[in-house]
Amino acid sequence: MLDPADGILPRGIDALKSRLSAIRARQPDLEPEMVTEVVRAVFQTISDDLTAKEATLLREVEELGRTIATAKAEIATLRVDDITGHDIPFATDELDAIVDHTAQATHAILESCEMLDDVSGTVSGEPAAKLQAATTRIYEACSFQDITGQRITKVVTTLKTIETKVAQIISTFGASAVEAARNHRHDDATDAHLLNGPQLPAHAMDQSDIDKLMASFE
Amino acid sequence: MPIDKSMNVLIVDDYKTMLRIIRNLLKQIEFNNVEEATDGADALSKLRGGNFGLVISDWNMAPMTGLQLLQEVRADNRLKTMPFIMITAESKTENVVAAKAAGVSNYIVKPFNAETLKDKIEKVLGHA
Repeated sequence: MLDPADGILPRGIDALKSRLSAIRARQPDLEPEMVTEVVRAVFQTISDDLTAKEATLLREVEELGRTIATAKAEIATLRVDDITGHDIPFATDELDAIVDHTAQATHAILESCEMLDDVSGTVSGEPAAKLQAATTRIYEACSFQDITGQRITKVVTTLKTIETKVAQIISTFGASAVEAARNHRHDDATDAHLLNGPQLPAHAMDQSDIDKLMASFE
Repeated sequence: MPIDKSMNVLIVDDYKTMLRIIRNLLKQIEFNNVEEATDGADALSKLRGGNFGLVISDWNMAPMTGLQLLQEVRADNRLKTMPFIMITAESKTENVVAAKAAGVSNYIVKPFNAETLKDKIEKVLGHA
């Protein structure tokens, strides 16, 4: 390894980076191995003229090329196509099915509860009050379906984001994928940063916290 | 001053189950004139074409969110004093601050109970 203190390696790498960026701008589909191959070929032809430091730089570039090739091979063995083609769609379908089934169950519960409400209108006194208290409690409890639905939607959204990012890494294996993912975050509605859905109980404010906050504005 | 429970109430949520729950809870506290909207644009159109005394809206809806609906309501000369309660699972401080800044009348965090709903309605309509 070259001593960075001599300034040659950092300058050489900076120059190489800037040349690579220029090439990538002109040829966005350019594969890293192709660049390595070209650099290797160029250095090969001028190898007789290389100084010791330039030869070391060449070895560093070759090493970089091998590292990229190894990383690509490792990614290929992970069978990332399975993640986007099967695993994530399967998981999101399962989660969608949970939402559908709980919605159907909630619908049935609410229907029965509304029937009980109608019955409570035909009686009076304590039985009517008891029936209404029971149905109120059922209505309150049924809002679980909205909360779990929102939580599952958050998970599905996260899975789809992972799916998109994995697909981008597979297709481009370069900086452009990261940049696109970064830009994507700012494309939504104006209050998108406030749409976080239900918080986990440990981090959430309850109604009394909300009331205190609202009162603080008065 | 007693609350006029015959007033028209607009409930807004893109989740039909939630609309059904709120409608039933309102019925139990004797608000029987309840209309539903499933998104902000639908709500705004109903508000502009109708005569409502209270709006109860979810926040997390698309394409127009509950916050955007609130901002539209407050920007409309005919609707700007309309009592507006936000019912939402969004419980972060910045959400409450943003809703208050937009002119929300009260804020209920999900899951909520019937007593909280009744209490907030009474507070809002008592001050209206």
